[in-house]
Amino acid sequence: MAIEASLNDNFPRASEQSLDDQRLRAASRIIDSKTLQTEFHVPEMHCAGCVRRIERELAKLNGVISVRANLSTRRVRVLWEHKKTSATALSAELDRQGFAHMPLQLGALSADEDDNLLRHLLLCLGVAGFAAANVMLLSVSVWSGADAETRDLFHLISGLIAIPASAFSGRPFFASAANALAHGRLNMDVPISLAITLALAMSIWESLQGGQHAYFDAALMLLFFLLIGRALDHMMRTRARNAVKLLASLAAKGAVRIAQDGSQHYVPAAEIKPGDRLQVAAGERVPVDGIVRGAGSDIDRSLVTGESASFTIEDGAAIEAGTLNLTRPLIIEATKTADQSFLAEVIAMMEAAENGKARYMRIADRAASIYAPAVHLLALTSFLAWLIASQGDWHMSAYVAISVLIITCPCALGLAVPIVHVVGAGRLFDHGVLIKDGSAFERLAEVDTVVFDKTGTLTKGELCVVETNADADQLALASALAQTSRHPAARAIAAFSKDTPAQAVPTLSDIEEHPGLGIEARVNGRIVRLGRPSWAGSIAADAPAVLVVPPALSAVWLAEENGGVAAFAMIDELRPAASTAVRQLQAAGLDVQILSGDTFAVVRETAERLGIKTSFADLRPADKITHVEKLQSEGRRVLMVGDGLNDAPALAAGHASMAPSSGSDVGRQAADFVLTGSSLSGVVISRDTARQTDRLVKQNIAIAIAYNCIAVPLACAGLVTPLIAAIAMSASSILVVANSIRLRFNNPRQPLETET
Amino acid sequence: MNQIVILLPIALFLGFLGLLAFIWSINTGQYDDMQGAAERILLDENEEDNKGA
Repeated sequence: MAIEASLNDNFPRASEQSLDDQRLRAASRIIDSKTLQTEFHVPEMHCAGCVRRIERELAKLNGVISVRANLSTRRVRVLWEHKKTSATALSAELDRQGFAHMPLQLGALSADEDDNLLRHLLLCLGVAGFAAANVMLLSVSVWSGADAETRDLFHLISGLIAIPASAFSGRPFFASAANALAHGRLNMDVPISLAITLALAMSIWESLQGGQHAYFDAALMLLFFLLIGRALDHMMRTRARNAVKLLASLAAKGAVRIAQDGSQHYVPAAEIKPGDRLQVAAGERVPVDGIVRGAGSDIDRSLVTGESASFTIEDGAAIEAGTLNLTRPLIIEATKTADQSFLAEVIAMMEAAENGKARYMRIADRAASIYAPAVHLLALTSFLAWLIASQGDWHMSAYVAISVLIITCPCALGLAVPIVHVVGAGRLFDHGVLIKDGSAFERLAEVDTVVFDKTGTLTKGELCVVETNADADQLALASALAQTSRHPAARAIAAFSKDTPAQAVPTLSDIEEHPGLGIEARVNGRIVRLGRPSWAGSIAADAPAVLVVPPALSAVWLAEENGGVAAFAMIDELRPAASTAVRQLQAAGLDVQILSGDTFAVVRETAERLGIKTSFADLRPADKITHVEKLQSEGRRVLMVGDGLNDAPALAAGHASMAPSSGSDVGRQAADFVLTGSSLSGVVISRDTARQTDRLVKQNIAIAIAYNCIAVPLACAGLVTPLIAAIAMSASSILVVANSIRLRFNNPRQPLETET
Repeated sequence: MNQIVILLPIALFLGFLGLLAFIWSINTGQYDDMQGAAERILLDENEEDNKGA
């Protein structure tokens, strides 16, 4: 803690810094008393040119010690001296270079753990590769007929290389097998570990006896192939997980705390205590559960409850973490810490649901649970049969039994399944879909029911104007008023009027935003209002029903004092390709349903527009999870697609799940697939890819079984030598790998045409 | 037999050197940014102000 103490003396006092600087400082890691390290996420860094520009320009700043851009993770790591420069200066320089960026929160840096695991796997791979290559060289000379003396020497050297190498490189498999056995299960790693261990043990015995056959090369090659599969699998999962983590770190994880003396400080969310007064600016999310103190505002609870309409909140009202503040700065008094907030309840529900999913067994492991006992039984039978037939030659019998185990070792599968998944994940990545786990492909392929959330999933979660009777002057006025607000309805009007020819912009004065009602201002001495029809219409000369609005549409009126009225009808627009995706899923024979927290009328309207027959409205998070679980207890396999906090438990409960990246952190973490684009075509592409990968995995299992049908009788007959084992193993591995790579050339359905 | 006694240790030693080089490359983080490494080859290196660490 000595460093921290000295830092307090050295660093400028918090109050001397701007809030922005405090925010960046909170995201920096302290290296030593002089140096800080800040990591930025720069999503638009695409090429060597960007890398060079960022590294060169940042390095030019006084006080920057080093800059390193990582193109794979789209991160820039900067080491800097706090006395000579500031994090805001770095941020400003990135802005000046035109790169949008976000400081990475310290908690989000735990990718280090994944890096370390990958390094360990690569290390195992390197050691196994080195050992396998050298032992194979020695083996080739043995096979081509070395003298007995040379053979024994070579066996000895092989053993000296193979034993430490497999003890080191085999640990990922041994650990996983031991773990499975401890839980009373059998997985792929059990027969693998057994085959390797027995092959080594027998080979040592043979070598010491001066025997002819040693399987050191086979055991090491097995390890080498399997480690390739393991490393590929790991790389795929880390890539997706890192991308999801980056999305999570984009959300600000803190708030501005107002101290007793009225000064304001930026604090990370974890440091907020009940009783703290926090300021939440318009456009920010509420970090913890709290109570509103002082003036109210409009809030958007769509991520929390799924309701698309905005709410007005008053002094003394309770407000949940995750709510978006829309119109005016809010002062809230925290009632809970971040980890006890509404979020925590949702996470508890999610964990309960995930326990159910953990019971899912990968196809490979399911195959192993039949395959492994069969193989072990076969080895035992051939051992006993040879023992009887050879009248007690137990050495010969053990040799045959072990060669059965080696030849049946599911090495091809251990390599083929990850390759299929990696190729599939790469293809989805190109289509903007991240997959977090290979087994999600298998689960998605089995799905027969698709359940969509509405707000933010089928729809964009933002309003857009569909109809208006305003003339050009009124439109210009509405646009000018709307640009002063962050309310979704105002943003919709501002976006709508952007497309119309520019008019002379009226000068506004005395602009005031009334939560729950609308915006009021003066133009040339006259009051104008943009907002709720009854409120805006009350100042107009006459308030005719200018535009009849169906219940699912919301209306905003623009009224001038003693003047005319114009109406805007708006709706939460569907995502691109939403209806095509729904249609294609239905055409593929899937049952499509909507589960929403929104009101009945809105949900029914959306369902009708998309041609979805089954829809449920007004659901709380617990209702959603109950519904999904009910469907699954009827034997259905549910794909849940949702974005909000309220969907997260249902995402965890679904057989497979997807979340758009615009959703909540929790939703993205719970989902197996994350759609990074705005289009829903990813749902269909993912399902197509999942079915193809599933078919390939099953084909590979079939190939492996066919190969065993030939090889096992030979092994049982005692005809397999190490040479035959090596050839057979390589051949089958190459065959399944080649089959898996076909997926790459198998073009998926073209990206769906975009609808507007 | 004599050749083997000399050649074998040499072969193993060379292989071991390769392994050491691989371990070194892992530990210096050369596998952390494969995409970046592929692109960086396009950059000119004779820039004095490049402070990349």
